[in-house]
Amino acid sequence: MEFMGFLRENGEVGVRNYVAVVPTVGCVNKAVEAIAGRVPGLKPLLHHQGCCMIPSDIEVVERTLIGLGSNPNVAAAIIIGLGCESVSMDRVADGIAREGKPVEALILQEAGGFSKVVAKGVEAARRCLEYAERFRRQAFDLSHLMIGIKCGSSDATSGIASNTAVGLVADKIIDAGGTVIFGEITELIGAEHILVKRAESQVVANQIIKAVNDLENRIRSLGIDVRGSNPTPGNIRGGLSTLEEKSLGAVVKIGRRPINGVLDYGERPRGKGLYMMISPGREMEFLTGPVAGGAQLLIFTTGKGAPQGYPIAPVIKVCGNPDTVKRLSEHIDVDVSGVISGNETLEETAEKIFEKLIKVASGEKTRAEILGYDKTMNIYVRGMIL
Amino acid sequence: MKRAITLSEKDNVAVALEEILEGEDVEVTIGGGKIILKALNNIPFGHKISLRRIRRGEKIIKYGEPIGEAVTDIEQGEHVHVHNIKSIFV
Repeated sequence: MEFMGFLRENGEVGVRNYVAVVPTVGCVNKAVEAIAGRVPGLKPLLHHQGCCMIPSDIEVVERTLIGLGSNPNVAAAIIIGLGCESVSMDRVADGIAREGKPVEALILQEAGGFSKVVAKGVEAARRCLEYAERFRRQAFDLSHLMIGIKCGSSDATSGIASNTAVGLVADKIIDAGGTVIFGEITELIGAEHILVKRAESQVVANQIIKAVNDLENRIRSLGIDVRGSNPTPGNIRGGLSTLEEKSLGAVVKIGRRPINGVLDYGERPRGKGLYMMISPGREMEFLTGPVAGGAQLLIFTTGKGAPQGYPIAPVIKVCGNPDTVKRLSEHIDVDVSGVISGNETLEETAEKIFEKLIKVASGEKTRAEILGYDKTMNIYVRGMIL
Repeated sequence: MKRAITLSEKDNVAVALEEILEGEDVEVTIGGGKIILKALNNIPFGHKISLRRIRRGEKIIKYGEPIGEAVTDIEQGEHVHVHNIKSIFV
């Protein structure tokens, strides 16, 4: 099995061929939007971080921006800075350039304001787009794929149909030599014993426990008891009896292979296989994590219908709720409701998801891409905003 | 005939794929095979039905993993939920 991708100079393979416009800080988002508005084909990464944050978070933002700019789906990047922000523009630009990508860096305060930085950005964009033109799709095996997996706006069908079917797809990708990243640590509280059993080594097992405990302790320090407040009354009405049942319904989407490592947010995996990334459940922050880690594609299961895509990576929406599939069809890429209606087996629906994945990796547009529902994103921070 | 599905062959409960009423026959898909049992209670969509007799203290298995333990004996075909199982960890 092969897909048609774009070979980058560092040997990685993209499934899209984008020029990204990356603000170092939210203060220049207007300039980034303006540049992207004037030159078709640019992908703005409009986040809200980059300044007035604790040092460890600034480090996370820098690593994440470098990761996004050097994602294999990006051919070249334009970095826009303000001039006084905490994030180092040089470190971000150098980090991306180190991956062999052309990087253009512009600073609003040095350029002489909004209008001038936009004019310069437009010129830079033309150069970057010209560079991107040279790439053509070629055939690659699936070991080049890195996939992020997430669930959102879940319902009773998620644990039965979409998550269970996507779990089978995750196994298939890993068996083909590819890489899968999952996270949403909040959802794993109560299922950590299952994940620990699947850790490749004791080191990884300890990292999993630490990641879950750290998050739970932070939540507890705010006076909130996750274990005691889950499953929620709505979950119980839907048939979930215990916290571990709820967590398992989410965990089933990552399949059954061993966990090879734990990644910090936005960090790149050091090898192939299955990786857990420290990340929250909220989609605009979660989706950024695997993409900064190098994922070219995201699979997103939903029950009630989450519309969100991502600026530089296709998001494949998988839904098992027959009603949602009908009413929100413009947002759903793969309909697995046959599991609920009894027309399809889990294995058959997993095959459908896998086929869609190969098609999307080879250039077919997702529903979110067709709708342009792919602008919102953010970066996960753990400290205060100062 | 009403329908339910098991998510792993190791499971001792199945999930109702539609609303099941007390006394109705239920066809349960287990991997490639099917079994038929009688529902002892009403089982709403998405809720669990016991595939066999489960003793008090025994683990409830779904997705091939324990999701809790029985706090009373549970008969085959019984609704399995917060009234007769509890979390192992909380």
